[in-house]
Amino acid sequence: MMLNGFLVVGALLFALGATGVLIRRNAIVMLMCIELMLQGANVTLAAFSRYLDDQAGFVLVVFSLTVAAAEVAIGLAILVALSRVYPVVNVDQLDSLSG
Amino acid sequence: MTVRRPGLANRMADNLETTVAFWYLAIAAVGAGALMLVARNPVHSAISLVIVIFHVAGLFVILGAGFLAVAQIAIYAGAIVVLFLFTLMMLDMRRLPEERVTHRQIWLGIPLGILLAIEGVVVSVGTPEISASIKGTFPPATVSELGGSTQALAVSLFNEFTLPFLGASVLLTAATIGAIVLARRVEAHEQADYPQAAEASSPDDTPAEPGPAEPVLEESAR
Repeated sequence: MMLNGFLVVGALLFALGATGVLIRRNAIVMLMCIELMLQGANVTLAAFSRYLDDQAGFVLVVFSLTVAAAEVAIGLAILVALSRVYPVVNVDQLDSLSG
Repeated sequence: MTVRRPGLANRMADNLETTVAFWYLAIAAVGAGALMLVARNPVHSAISLVIVIFHVAGLFVILGAGFLAVAQIAIYAGAIVVLFLFTLMMLDMRRLPEERVTHRQIWLGIPLGILLAIEGVVVSVGTPEISASIKGTFPPATVSELGGSTQALAVSLFNEFTLPFLGASVLLTAATIGAIVLARRVEAHEQADYPQAAEASSPDDTPAEPGPAEPVLEESAR
């Protein structure tokens, strides 16, 4: 059955994205890795929707795309605003609040 | 009246072509995702993300969701990745210090990622066959009766999910306004609110220009 195949792809994409968020320090690449995690979740939602004969998963993918677009717009705007104050993209160096 | 095509969801039996396409799309998507992690240059990561997005759109086509595939390509490849590339262009990575990946991140992050992947694969492979009793209200016959997967999606979206749909539009409006406000240049007379911005910027009349990278960097690296 192919449902398991789609779920494996979704899980692998999600794990790759999570690994990227953990090991990469460039803020923009970290945002891209979050997009990769969202892609994995989207594949899982669409696969379950197709094999459960339900439209809810597809609708949730539409909302997920919306939230992803909003998240990237805000995240990149924060990065641009931040880079005016501190010209740094390495998130380890953004520790002004850590006291 | 032409004969109505049975719809992608209907024709999608587990035949050979679908299986081959699935394996190609799955391997290419995961491979490009892995490539995204190891690429040193953020632009290469963005291009790998585009490859992942196109292959996931192909997976959506196999799943019988043509509208989602097109929306995926239009929104992700057309808007989100372009936004990433614009930001990379504006931030001018060559002036910024190199990304430093420490050993602690590698030795903690990769085993955790592998653990997560194993966990996900085990759960995915162990997912049982879906029994007929828990199936939803949109079997392939109903979908093709409605005129296709896009129509079925619209029926569901505008009946069952109308309120979340309106909420999504509010979210997009808020995100647009927020992004404009955040990315706006700080005017000279407003700089009293942002003492660090005033400190970092050069003394002449270019408030948005960040100062020389070295001193600010040392100060923030503390």
